[in-house]
Amino acid sequence: MSTRLRIGFIPLVDAAALIAAVDCGFTAAEGLDVSLVREVSWSNVRDKLNIGLFDAAHMLSPVAIASSLGVGHLRVPLIAPFNLGLNGNAITVSEPLYAAILAHADGDIGDPAVSARALARIVAERKAAGEEQLTFGVTFPFSNHNYQIRFWMAVGGIDPDEDVRLAVLPPPYMVESLQGGQIDGYCVGAPWNSVAVGQGVGRILHFGCAIMARASEKVLAVPERWADKNRDTLNALLRALASAAAFVEDAGNRADVARAVAARLDVADGIVARTLAGDLQIAADGATRTSERYLMIGRDGASRPDPVQAAWIYAQMVRWRQTPFSEALLHDARAVFRPDLYDAALGEPVPAADHAPPDGIGCFAGPDFDPNDVPGHLAAWPKRPAVRPRLSVVR
Amino acid sequence: MRPPNPLKRREFLTGRVERDLLAQKQARATGLRSVSEFLKDAAGTGAPSADGARDASLKILIVDESPIRAAILADGLREAGFLLVERLAETRNLLDRIYAIDPDVILIDLENPNRDTLEQMFQMSRAVRRPVAMFVDHSDRASIQAAVDAGVSAYIVGGLRKERITSILDLCISRFNAFSRLQAELETAKGALEERKVIDRAKGVLMKAKGLSEEGAYALLRKTAMNENKKIVDIAQSVVTAAELFK
Repeated sequence: MSTRLRIGFIPLVDAAALIAAVDCGFTAAEGLDVSLVREVSWSNVRDKLNIGLFDAAHMLSPVAIASSLGVGHLRVPLIAPFNLGLNGNAITVSEPLYAAILAHADGDIGDPAVSARALARIVAERKAAGEEQLTFGVTFPFSNHNYQIRFWMAVGGIDPDEDVRLAVLPPPYMVESLQGGQIDGYCVGAPWNSVAVGQGVGRILHFGCAIMARASEKVLAVPERWADKNRDTLNALLRALASAAAFVEDAGNRADVARAVAARLDVADGIVARTLAGDLQIAADGATRTSERYLMIGRDGASRPDPVQAAWIYAQMVRWRQTPFSEALLHDARAVFRPDLYDAALGEPVPAADHAPPDGIGCFAGPDFDPNDVPGHLAAWPKRPAVRPRLSVVR
Repeated sequence: MRPPNPLKRREFLTGRVERDLLAQKQARATGLRSVSEFLKDAAGTGAPSADGARDASLKILIVDESPIRAAILADGLREAGFLLVERLAETRNLLDRIYAIDPDVILIDLENPNRDTLEQMFQMSRAVRRPVAMFVDHSDRASIQAAVDAGVSAYIVGGLRKERITSILDLCISRFNAFSRLQAELETAKGALEERKVIDRAKGVLMKAKGLSEEGAYALLRKTAMNENKKIVDIAQSVVTAAELFK
């Protein structure tokens, strides 16, 4: 008899390995009967995992860490034995803001440092003219969307807590808010950047991988106590996910994968296929941009959880004052990512990533990341007054 | 034997909802104690709170896109002695409006994506009073589970006594569950009505083609369904489809 599992997910392309595992037969082959449950909010995913309505979930990597550390919410120890996706985000801006950035640029705005400086000039001009601050949407307080857009702005000299407004918006509302002018831009995952471009309301300014070359975006999160009690089931699930992740990356399967994912997401196959290929339309005029790093699911070691990524995420939480720094918390954050469980389940040595940046993260600015010296790394950035981090209200 | 007429059942159900809303309106107009009597059996937790005096000053905000459910919930809360109950159906500018209302308790439907927007309130410096998630209390896992099962989550401001929240949450859970059952019944009734239409059409086809009485046509459908181990509605659909083809 097969083991029944309930796994929650948010309709995003980076759930592809999970969706393919279930819909292309990999979990069934491992003797698992998985119900995928589509959710509407990360809060729901986290809470349902916490109270046992889900056995496992597709989860923002920073949420798994925040939950394990008890930052911002109840402490629930989660572990991440599988990385569902690296990268996959993009920063999209309204057409008027894009035009303004172009007009204020001192170089090629394909370079995030140039666009960030241009944005800083726009922000300063608006302030001098007494105009309202620019507003940007992110999907959750504990998300790479929040950290990447902040990192980018800060390189240009913008204080994201003081100079602009950052607001949490559910991804399905991003596009209409951009269209309605309530926000001027956002950082979100696929397919929502392509949706804005497709509707002619926004332009993709940067891929997330242009800000950080390698960032753990979503993990498979399971409660630690569940993993301890159900090791065989967990191993079977991890094997199914690893096979599915490899299947997703094989371009020969792209049409099948895109169809399965699109059906679960309620979007067109084409958008999913282009996202998986890292070849996106970035503007209404048909301009495209391609990056082999745009979204990585089963290649170049993407599936194996990397504790350096966990340390990086914790460092961002400290940088943006979501939590204080302590060596103990850093240790706990790193321990959320479990390559040991991944290795044990797959039972074979994993080839090292060939194209990973030297420090494992590869930010476009600043010093290399040192996971053993988070305070030293953060000292490279300007010190700011100790106020609480701020996210704003969309008016 | 014929199945019960779903149409009558449906009228009964919608009639109840409409009557309930009408009763609410009347109650508001006349100031009389009102409504939701039909939910009594399902809800049953409308007892006035022992802490009535203070509950009267407890401001509760319901964020729910379903106006009927929100009305049922608000009404139950008022009956239970919580007098300051506000509703938000439109969730744009959610945080701004929450600051303006400044509630002690926020109840939000779990199917509402704006839950993630609410989460940022725990992070903000300019929150008037910092709310704490209902789920903060480890010991109360059972009631949390019941709340999530029913589809409601609650956020409360810090320092509010747990018993008071528990009574509010219990009430929400029972009202939410009652509402879901009502909706499920309505869906079933709607589905049954559609099936009924197909069966009636198939009967008409058979009566005309084979010169059968209505009872005879139904009996033939039923017998065929039993022989083929299928539902009557599936056989009826085949008959209707075939008749279309032969037109």
